Amino acid sequence: MKKKKMLLASLAIAGITVGGLVFAADHIDSPTVTGQSTDITDLYVFRAQDPNNLVFVANTQGLMAPSATGAAMFDANTLIEFNIDNNNDNVEDLVIQGIYNNGKMKIYGPVKPSETGGRSKIEGAATAEVAVTPYGSDVIIGTGGGLKVFAGPRDDPFFFDLNQFKKIIGGMATSFNNPGTDAFAGTNVLSLVVEIPKSMLNASNGKLNVWLETKKKI
Amino acid sequence: MKLFSISSPMLLLAGIVMLSACKKDKDNTPTYYQTQDQMARPAINTVFVSAADKDLFNTTVPSTMNAAFASKFKARLLALNPGYTTNLLGLTADQFTNVLVTDVLNASTTAPTSFYDGTNVLTGRALADDVIDVELTLIFGGPNGTANPGLTSDHVNGNDKAFSESFPYLATPH
Repeated sequence: MKKKKMLLASLAIAGITVGGLVFAADHIDSPTVTGQSTDITDLYVFRAQDPNNLVFVANTQGLMAPSATGAAMFDANTLIEFNIDNNNDNVEDLVIQGIYNNGKMKIYGPVKPSETGGRSKIEGAATAEVAVTPYGSDVIIGTGGGLKVFAGPRDDPFFFDLNQFKKIIGGMATSFNNPGTDAFAGTNVLSLVVEIPKSMLNASNGKLNVWLETKKKI
Repeated sequence: MKLFSISSPMLLLAGIVMLSACKKDKDNTPTYYQTQDQMARPAINTVFVSAADKDLFNTTVPSTMNAAFASKFKARLLALNPGYTTNLLGLTADQFTNVLVTDVLNASTTAPTSFYDGTNVLTGRALADDVIDVELTLIFGGPNGTANPGLTSDHVNGNDKAFSESFPYLATPH
């Protein structure tokens, strides 16, 4: 009992210390990018229906109400970049880049980037492109260079009782509810989905380290 | 004929504009893009990084995250759970911190995908993985995952729409 009280007290302190703490996958986590086309919500990497392939998902511009989704657009000045480390040093060996242009999402890579780190340029020629699927329309799939590509609005796949967590952190509740309430139910994101043969990723010992970046034109 | 009516300063200006346009073409300077946001594992920045550091963490390359943030992550972990000993993965506070602070999503090209299912640990992140329960359990659940039972699951166990078995896998928008 005492232990639990201590834990809750420290949770409350932690909540106060960090100010308006928001706990989500990555939704609106960064003061600079919140509400912008560069705001990442989630990264997923998983085995495809064809087990020889991996799927990379980049979700951005989260917490969109259905009424706002039809007008949501990708940004021609925002590079969406999957960074892939295939030799376990946490430095990208390959990038898969997506950039929006005139109704289409163009994909570059997977390719070794000409420089690593925070600054990037578009690498080489496009390997695939796809028209952005409009809100309410059937899925448009693009192919090229062994890749399969989708870009457009989707349901936010993330699920979490964010509001109860905030109450716990704020010292206003002691535990989660059962059942909880998914704060992301009924909201949409803009998704970029790229499916790629594993053989193009040159994983050492079957292992990859992946991170997602959004980069703004400078 | 009209050209001759343009005053010489304007001609000069036009010349400069043309020259600088030519210069840019010859430089062939590529367009660069600079990191604004990044993420890998869900909720890491939001849980373990202070408000003041969020933008910095979002623009720190993964290979230098450990040096820059490990001590802060450990302090945050112990603030969240002062009773932390080890977790379900057997990781001490230092070991767990070291895993968390380098924010990359480990993915396997051989194993089935799961954030954590008891067998597969960090072989990627599938759409239906209950990543929040995994993280809450690893933070609050102690060595057996059974401590602080009110804090180890948010009891939201799935998405509000079914995923597709085929490309592009995500559900249609609401």
